[in-house]
Amino acid sequence: MTPRLELTGISKRFAATAALTDVALRLLPGEIHALVGENGAGKSTLVKTIAGVHQPDAGEIRLDGERITIPSPAAARAMRIAVVHQEPRLFPDLSVAENIFLIAPPTDRLHTIAWREMRRRAANLFEQLDVKMDVSAPVRGLSMADQQLIEIAKALSLDARVLILDEPTASLSTHEVERLFTIVRRTKERGVGVLFVSHRLDEVFALCDRATVFRDGRHVITAPTSELTTASLVRHMVGREVSLFPKEASTLGEPLLEVRGLSDAAGFRDVSFTVRAGEILGLAGLVGAGRTEIARVLFGIESRTAGEVLLDGKPVNFRSPSEALRAGIAYVPEDRHQDGLVLDFSIANNITLPILPRLFPRLLLRARVEDEVARSFSEPLRVRATGVGQAVSALSGGNQQKVVIAKWLATKPRVLILDEPTRGVDIGAKVEVHRIVSELAATGLAIVMISSDLPEVLAMSDRILVLHEGRVAAEIARSDASEERVMFAATGQVEAAAAGAGHGG
Amino acid sequence: MPKTQGQPGMLGRVTGALGRSRELTLVALIVLMCAIVSLGAPQFLSISNLDQVTAMAAIFAIAGIGEAMVVMTKNIDLSVESTIGLVAFLVGVTLRQGDLPVPAAWLLGIGVGLLLGMVNGAVITVFRIPSIVVTLGTLSIFRGLVFIIAGGKEVNLSDLPAGYANLATDTVLGVPVFVIVAVVIVAIVGLLLWKTRFGRQVYAVGSNAEAAAILGIRSRLVTFAVFSIAGLLGGIAGVMWGIYFGTIYATSASGVVLQIVAAVVVGGVSIAGGTGTVVGAALGALFLALINNALLVLQLPQELLQAIYGAVILVAVSADALLSRRNKGQAAQEAAR
Repeated sequence: MTPRLELTGISKRFAATAALTDVALRLLPGEIHALVGENGAGKSTLVKTIAGVHQPDAGEIRLDGERITIPSPAAARAMRIAVVHQEPRLFPDLSVAENIFLIAPPTDRLHTIAWREMRRRAANLFEQLDVKMDVSAPVRGLSMADQQLIEIAKALSLDARVLILDEPTASLSTHEVERLFTIVRRTKERGVGVLFVSHRLDEVFALCDRATVFRDGRHVITAPTSELTTASLVRHMVGREVSLFPKEASTLGEPLLEVRGLSDAAGFRDVSFTVRAGEILGLAGLVGAGRTEIARVLFGIESRTAGEVLLDGKPVNFRSPSEALRAGIAYVPEDRHQDGLVLDFSIANNITLPILPRLFPRLLLRARVEDEVARSFSEPLRVRATGVGQAVSALSGGNQQKVVIAKWLATKPRVLILDEPTRGVDIGAKVEVHRIVSELAATGLAIVMISSDLPEVLAMSDRILVLHEGRVAAEIARSDASEERVMFAATGQVEAAAAGAGHGG
Repeated sequence: MPKTQGQPGMLGRVTGALGRSRELTLVALIVLMCAIVSLGAPQFLSISNLDQVTAMAAIFAIAGIGEAMVVMTKNIDLSVESTIGLVAFLVGVTLRQGDLPVPAAWLLGIGVGLLLGMVNGAVITVFRIPSIVVTLGTLSIFRGLVFIIAGGKEVNLSDLPAGYANLATDTVLGVPVFVIVAVVIVAIVGLLLWKTRFGRQVYAVGSNAEAAAILGIRSRLVTFAVFSIAGLLGGIAGVMWGIYFGTIYATSASGVVLQIVAAVVVGGVSIAGGTGTVVGAALGALFLALINNALLVLQLPQELLQAIYGAVILVAVSADALLSRRNKGQAAQEAAR
């Protein structure tokens, strides 16, 4: 059988990092094919390559046996390759029908838009999907699940040969997932090749015919799901050498931060843990498991709905980040551009921004003092720059991250929350960041490290708290931790965890 | 703001310096333009002509400094021309009735300016409405107040104390008083932005509001403060407008907001917020006032003036954008090495 889509020898580099190395994928007509792997395994790079967003550096793409290049998303659409992204990308003020036919609306004899025909066709698409939808209503206000259905209707309107679903269930309820699966199966029966990218292994087994595993940008295995087990799939996903950056041993002190039964409005429920001075607590889990939400509540950005937080044994409830800062908590956010840095500012101005009131209680700032203070925090971190007067926008990602860490260290925190501290930095800078975090723990800081990078979590954490869909799925001591155990808990396979650990470990 | 260091080549050094600093670009442009225009019309550089131009430039510079602070926080104040008009008219009416001595009338005018700015800031921050919408509303409301006060009559030069209008061109040690006022305000506000916590917060809020919020900066308070200061400076500009023209109509200063915003943008304050200096804004005002005057003394066809004026603004801003983009490219290459 000629594959719908066949990729061979695809490689893609971004500057210093190899995102994909010599990967292959065969997507057959009428099959649902899972693509799984850890964060950073190269799944989304592959999806973007097929969608025409990225051009591969090497390799061959064939569509129904014919060799093609996909120079742009528009070209992908023209070849009837449809992509449903994790976050629906719709125009909220346009109607459902307009969103579906935005690029190629049906026209009448005068080449103006045939509104009635457009609505009829849109309604027809949803009939095929067996879904009730008001196609004249604006998209704004529709649920995430409905928006995803519109994306799928859009794909149907292209009469897609290849349908890519990128983490489509991330924001759906169980019931909505069921409805989606029914629709995907119906699509498959029309001979479409469906590529299903997911973190959720139970869904892979429930829906998919075959699965391909990527790890570190390389193809590991492709096999029918009937020949795989959750345990073997996890092993393929994580099987790699243990890391180069273990945390240095440090003596653990008194409990500094205690969290009891903490919940927020939507992200997480009934979370409890304790962090001692000198300890690194790893927060593991899949994207959307509620880890960042916990950090934001602890730092006073969002408010909690239940539970309590104790700092030094005293209950605290921060209503703003400045209160949390004053109490000695610092939060290095995940997105350094959006939340972390003022890109127009110099290194020195960024580092001193949170401590200006303390540094200069009187009216005037003094640049010399500012530079000195900034240097005293940036030099131990070995920020590579021409000087603290350099604009942070000119620094590399790793050095920007060091500036963010320096900034929060300048507040002299006792509890440091790091959210994905090494995402998007190169391996050299990663090792540096790990060294810094390890040294900070040795000086008696209590550190909470959120990370999707399993080797990093395992190497750096004294204990690992694994979250699954907003709840604590497991708490694993350093000595008992393995990638398999963490992955099992993170994917909600609690029962199998013990068995998996027995084999792996 | 500290600037990124870079080492351009031989020829690039001059254009490099110009591209890094909008202020230097403007000074160069102003010198260049004065030289060229004075070749065609020698009277351009005469003392009396320059006094006129710089007095007008001073008024726009002061209003422009307030506007610049507002724009730095990613906001805009369209109502400033009505503030100028209202304050100018109010001071004129007060002096005509002779209720208050001159300095007290000025203080009253400046206080009203501050109040109008506080109204803008309060509506924007309390109801969280975009500043462009709020100040579009207050632009009309403040102007409407002038019409109510005016009751169909203007304030004439003859209504004012003798010699009042001469203040506009009075000099101290050869320097026009208006210029001195503008320079002092540039110095004070420049220091405020460069050397104080408040100034740092203005840039931070405009550059990255999310990051500022995580740092505990109260961005709404900062926004309220910049609109208040803009109102205060608009009040000072209004007092000076009244002195300069003497005769004040209810429609005085209508339409000048475009020139003020142009001065700010030409002066290198990004409309996207977070960058720029008040020195740049003041130089921008001077540059535009000089162009306006140059077009007049060159006796170009009247109907072309408006279009040429606009074209010069576009050329100046585009040239600067090109230079600074090339500089950024060089800096990136340096960093990659």
